[in-house]
Amino acid sequence: MLKDITIGQYFPGDNLIHRLDPRFKIVMTLLYIIMLFMGDELYSLSFGIVYCIAALVLSKIPVKLFGKSIKPLLPILIMTAILDIIFIREGTVYFQAGFFKLTEDGVFTAVKMIVRIIFLIIGSMLLTYTTSPIQLTDAIERLLSPLKRLHFPVHSFAMMMTIALRFIPTLMIETDKIIAAQKARGAGFDSSKLRDKAKALVPVLIPLFVSAFRRAEELATAMECRCYRGDIGRTKMKSMNAGICDIVSLTITFIMFFAAATVAVLF
Amino acid sequence: MIILRAEELTYQYSTGTPFEKTAIDHVNLEIEEGAFVGVIGSTGSGKSTLMQHFNGLLKPSSGHIYLNGQDIWADKNKLRDVRFRVGLVFQYPEYQLFEENVYRDIAFGPSNMGLNDAEIKLRVYEAAAFTGLTEEQLFQSPFALSGGQKRRAAIAGVMAMKPEVLILDEPTAGLDPMGREEILAEIKKYHQKTGCTVMLVSHSMEDVSRYTDKLLVMDKGKIFCYADTNEVFKCADELARIGLAVPEITRICNSLRKKGIPLDESIYTVDEAVRQIVHYYKSKSGGDV
Repeated sequence: MLKDITIGQYFPGDNLIHRLDPRFKIVMTLLYIIMLFMGDELYSLSFGIVYCIAALVLSKIPVKLFGKSIKPLLPILIMTAILDIIFIREGTVYFQAGFFKLTEDGVFTAVKMIVRIIFLIIGSMLLTYTTSPIQLTDAIERLLSPLKRLHFPVHSFAMMMTIALRFIPTLMIETDKIIAAQKARGAGFDSSKLRDKAKALVPVLIPLFVSAFRRAEELATAMECRCYRGDIGRTKMKSMNAGICDIVSLTITFIMFFAAATVAVLF
Repeated sequence: MIILRAEELTYQYSTGTPFEKTAIDHVNLEIEEGAFVGVIGSTGSGKSTLMQHFNGLLKPSSGHIYLNGQDIWADKNKLRDVRFRVGLVFQYPEYQLFEENVYRDIAFGPSNMGLNDAEIKLRVYEAAAFTGLTEEQLFQSPFALSGGQKRRAAIAGVMAMKPEVLILDEPTAGLDPMGREEILAEIKKYHQKTGCTVMLVSHSMEDVSRYTDKLLVMDKGKIFCYADTNEVFKCADELARIGLAVPEITRICNSLRKKGIPLDESIYTVDEAVRQIVHYYKSKSGGDV
């Protein structure tokens, strides 16, 4: 049950996409997302799709993995499509029954929305699959470092994110264990009544909170023992250096971005 | 009478992926009613996984588990009933305490069974007595207790369900020597008084050797041997090969025997060793030691 969630799961590999500087990857992903949502027509959308598929092929990550991540979002996708079809009433009418009108524009918008959301997910998944959480937060810290001038605690923010990501799998394993232990004492998790379901959560959530606080305290002590003082005088073991590959990739992304923008404006 | 029986039991993790691993490999096993069984094996030998099969928390990939001759997976609606009849205390059970006081936490299992208040009260007090919890402690928050007391409260929570089989997964892990002794003694007392079947999973040969009648040795998901405790310790060399050491006192006696002192092959308590060594010297020196 809990094993199937893949938030920020890193899929180790050694290829162009994996090796790219994470800072560049984040910027490229942002450009890509804007690219997806820029134009209203299929022409501009196709740039994003081509870009994403190219990156997907280069990353050598099995497509099956993405399918698994999209599956839980299917209800949202279907809902979006249904709403689009019901509320967009312009264009050629295919079919009409009372209030309900199936129009060309409605179908078209629904398809575009689904494609967009799917590619949005694939694109952001690609970032987390090819970049380890540590690299990611490190890159975010670097990218946000100009905000330090405004006294924004960039380092603490990045550290908090790193720790949160680090503890997701730990807490999931813990939850599984607690559920098993309470089941052994006859806790019912299979009742279909909402009231019973909510009641069954208490024996799981309380131990989970207690253990999360315990871990937080232990971690804080451990960090203090190692003289952690935030980013004062802290150096990085792995410094990030942009190479020729990074610059070329970013340039290509920018060219695609402006091409998509031009097409979006022109058509 | 056989209370628990495993038949060709196999369990695989992550079947069909590159991470596939067989944790339990075609295990056949019969546990006699009323036995006190020790379960040992090195880390990853499948002890805990096997135990979680006995109360239906894990579903076998293939094979069957029988409780009193009935396949526990035959009727899924009766699984909850199986969990009341085969009580399982997990490793570090104190992390599952959640109620506002110890009494209510111990009562969690019995009240899930749908018992009436009088019966629940009776069982809570009985379980508290077995684990040495005082009346005062019963009405404290479980989080206010010491580590050893929390452990007892958690164990009492399973004992209070009065299971026919009580399985404890490393009940003494992380406790100081005093705490270990006390908890093991309490479990032994529980076994003697209730006469129910107890299975004790442990890393420590010392612990299982002193308390159990039978020993189940697991290695790499298979049963290495299942025999009377004193029989098992005769095969010190084989045990060492799968990464398990016989108790220190057994090793010392084995060395002494090799040097020509006629001691039994199955000594695993210091008292017994002392008795035999004294006996040997007495007979040698004509009785004046």
